[in-house]
Amino acid sequence: MATRGFFGRQRAPAGMAERLPPGQYFEEGFPVLTAGPTPHVATDEWSFAIEGLVAEPRTWSWDEVHSLAGSSFEGDIHCVTRWSKLGTSFAGVSVDTLLDSVGVDEAATHVVAFCYGGYTTNLPLPDVRGGQAWIAWEHEGHPLAAEHGGPARLLVPHLYFWKSAKWIKGLRLLDHDEPGFWENYGYHDYGDPWKEQRFQGD
Amino acid sequence: MSASAAPAQPIPWQTGKVTSIRPETPRAKSFCLRLPEWRPHLPGQYYTLRLTAPDGYQAIRSYSVASSPLDEGEIELTVDCLSDGEVSPFLHDVVEVGDELEVRGPLTEYFTWEGSSPLLLIGGGSGIVPLMSMLRHRRRALPQVPARLLYSVRSPEDVFYRDELGEETTLTYTRRTPENWSGATGRIDDELVGRLWWPDGIAYVCGPNGFVETATRLLMESGYEPARIRTERFGPS
Repeated sequence: MATRGFFGRQRAPAGMAERLPPGQYFEEGFPVLTAGPTPHVATDEWSFAIEGLVAEPRTWSWDEVHSLAGSSFEGDIHCVTRWSKLGTSFAGVSVDTLLDSVGVDEAATHVVAFCYGGYTTNLPLPDVRGGQAWIAWEHEGHPLAAEHGGPARLLVPHLYFWKSAKWIKGLRLLDHDEPGFWENYGYHDYGDPWKEQRFQGD
Repeated sequence: MSASAAPAQPIPWQTGKVTSIRPETPRAKSFCLRLPEWRPHLPGQYYTLRLTAPDGYQAIRSYSVASSPLDEGEIELTVDCLSDGEVSPFLHDVVEVGDELEVRGPLTEYFTWEGSSPLLLIGGGSGIVPLMSMLRHRRRALPQVPARLLYSVRSPEDVFYRDELGEETTLTYTRRTPENWSGATGRIDDELVGRLWWPDGIAYVCGPNGFVETATRLLMESGYEPARIRTERFGPS
């Protein structure tokens, strides 16, 4: 149904339209969407843990995680509230590097990311492996701001951005799927932006 | 925290008809939409609105419902006109009574009030909209439930729903006050937020991101645990 009188005046810049998943719009800024207060975590109090179905659960301090081989991402991110930010960058460490050092149990199928402030989100284990996920503490060359999840957030850019949990504290490996915060409020368990998996049932 | 069973059926798009348009401020209007497949919303929920150009290009944004779910068959969406926006200027400048608009909702079950707890509301600018749905619903369905609203606006002409703000509301003007104003002025502070204190229930905060950051900090300093604070934010960081 065409809307009377609407012709559209904010189409994505040339060459970028095909990078927008269905129902998304081009956003130059970096909007903040958070369900509650912003946690402020000092880097000397920050740590990151991997627990659950692993051979050796482990916790890294801020300095320890920085001593690992770094990894960066350049590309596009897509928020379920319909903005997409194209051509942005993050740096940190690949989740592969962290998982490889704890020995993933063969029974593990899913992860729950848990955070300072209590946020959680669920992902299939394969989606945080194979160079698809990072623990990121830098955004476009600057330390990641608290309102964007700093000191560090999970980054899983191929899924809607609520899966890229802010203020990341750790990953718990499970042998089943366990809905997280937004998933319990009706958001999709997987969240593929190219399939518009916004809400349960999409 | 309730883990309500999510509906397995996708919520469909439907075509609503604009039945009335009311200016709230020089840059905000309330649009009443009659929906063929109306379903009751929880105060605080939003709808997604989709505009389609003749060539198929679509622009989609979300707007909070301002009305009470007791208004069966209709929803009211109040839209602040963003000068660099695409959808809100269209709604303001082009849409007329009788036009048809595609919407999908109501959506999300988080920034919602289910009527069981005192209403503690802090709104900045157009952040009042979802809070007004809660206030309107309380007035009609649950007047015995305590309610307090702290509402920050720049100037007198920026006040939404002016005629409906009652004694539960504390208004503060950050740039300019009405003549002979004896109430609060300036940005929200610990004294103003302290007036909202209630030993139980959830505080709902909605507004521009910087406003929400300040309000949540002040709430936590006045004794609210983070789990008792729900936020909805808009605007650039």
